[in-house]
Amino acid sequence: MTTVVASQAAALPSTLRLGLARGGTELREFFRQKENLIFTVSLPALLMLLLGTVYVKEPAAAQMFAASMIGAGIISTSFVGLGMSVVADREDGTLKRLRGTPMPFTSYFLGKIILVFVSSLFEAVLLVVVGVLRFDLELPTSTEKWLTFAWVFTLGVVACSLIGVALSSIAKSTRNAAGVLNLPYIVLQFLSGVFIMQSELPESLRTVGSLFPLKWVCQGFRSVFALDDGYAVMEAAGSWELGKIALVLTAWSVVGLVLVGRTFKWSNTSR
Amino acid sequence: MNAIRVRGLRKAYKDHQAVAGVDLDVARGEVFAVLGPNGAGKTTSVEILEGHRDRDAGEVSVLGVDPAEGGREWRSKLGIVLQSATDAATLTVREAVHHYAKYYGDPRDPEEVIDLVGLTEKAKSRAGTLSGGQRRRLDVALGIIGRPELVFLDEPTTGFDPEARRQFWGLIKLLASEGTTILLTTHYLDEAEALADRVAVLAGGRIVAEGTPQTLGGRAHADATVRWLSDSGHREVLTHEPTKVIADLSRHGELAELTVTRPSLEDVYLELIK
Repeated sequence: MTTVVASQAAALPSTLRLGLARGGTELREFFRQKENLIFTVSLPALLMLLLGTVYVKEPAAAQMFAASMIGAGIISTSFVGLGMSVVADREDGTLKRLRGTPMPFTSYFLGKIILVFVSSLFEAVLLVVVGVLRFDLELPTSTEKWLTFAWVFTLGVVACSLIGVALSSIAKSTRNAAGVLNLPYIVLQFLSGVFIMQSELPESLRTVGSLFPLKWVCQGFRSVFALDDGYAVMEAAGSWELGKIALVLTAWSVVGLVLVGRTFKWSNTSR
Repeated sequence: MNAIRVRGLRKAYKDHQAVAGVDLDVARGEVFAVLGPNGAGKTTSVEILEGHRDRDAGEVSVLGVDPAEGGREWRSKLGIVLQSATDAATLTVREAVHHYAKYYGDPRDPEEVIDLVGLTEKAKSRAGTLSGGQRRRLDVALGIIGRPELVFLDEPTTGFDPEARRQFWGLIKLLASEGTTILLTTHYLDEAEALADRVAVLAGGRIVAEGTPQTLGGRAHADATVRWLSDSGHREVLTHEPTKVIADLSRHGELAELTVTRPSLEDVYLELIK
């Protein structure tokens, strides 16, 4: 143990330590709110149960559908969930309070990242469990597939979180934000191959869907959960396009980061 | 060095001049109240001092630092008590206070702070279930957990019942007795009178009077009104020599219903903000 001679004031805690403390508190608050557990975390699993029961007739389809639903699910926790939580922080005074403390902004953001990763993981696990129990979902066995899962998951969560936070600056209230965030999310689920195969969509809609991260995240997960790589022919491009997935998601992350830097507001009335 | 020094502060929103040239000095250890009607520029001024709002012009120094440039060290010396926050609703009082204590280098003991604000019995209750007065005491706890040198209280007792206000005043007096500098905004005159060493009245973005609650607006030297009941009914005289008036009058015997009044703080205030 080392003894540090205290100067006038004791040193402030590090950004990382505060980020971890924020993350712990964020998670505690998140899981204590029923609406988060019902809508953000459980809804995709419920949808999978309902839609899957109607549409999934064969094992190969179960694999594809579950993969897409996991993609849609993590976007629900990152894009919608995080966007909503930032709007709520602005509305209830959390951000105003934090701004009056010596906590660095980066720590707030670290806390949000921890929240999104844990809640997304929670949701993905829930979907996998539903998939395995109800649709005999087969989990990939190769390390390579799990690595793909890990980076698609990470990049997808990061990109969608940043865009969600950027969009949260548009919404003045949580009521408002539910619309601002859910509308693109729901529409994109139809355009990105979650509910309908992208190859069945008219080209114009397919192009629109391909501009946004959801399609790429789902495609990445389909490559992980497909029974074999032959199923890549069912994708719009006829292949998994892993390089392109990485590229598109990275690009959206950069766009999101720039937007957050430019548009982030501490309160609805500041400046 | 003063805790707060402001010269020529100005801030406009679109075409509305919210703060129109404010000068202010608050000494260390002082409890200073800014009084004023709604829209006088109180909140805008305080938010500029807290570093939460940009200013258009003027010099501002808070604990020796320009708030527009204040870093973490500077923030750790401030305590800001929010006006209408509903955050941390699902955390218990204890969890919230312990969490905010982590932000500072040398925080107070969270349990002591909970006790100090009188929430010991509510320590396990979630913040969202507290009454208005309890919630505001939690806000004070979160504002003082970092052992601040300067505390900002923006209209802290708005919406309180009389008992909660008295309790809250006791808390502020306790903080002041520990040497904490306090800047308080309020539109309650009795609050300023009960708590503040000095008072400034803000109206239309300007300070129209400044002084102790006893002397504000020349109150101590204002003419007094002597009232009594004579045979011909109620009489009153406005005089700067009430003692002499009473001495003259009392020569004729006992005066019924005799009173001497000077303008109350409220009278002075209402005159000032006209």
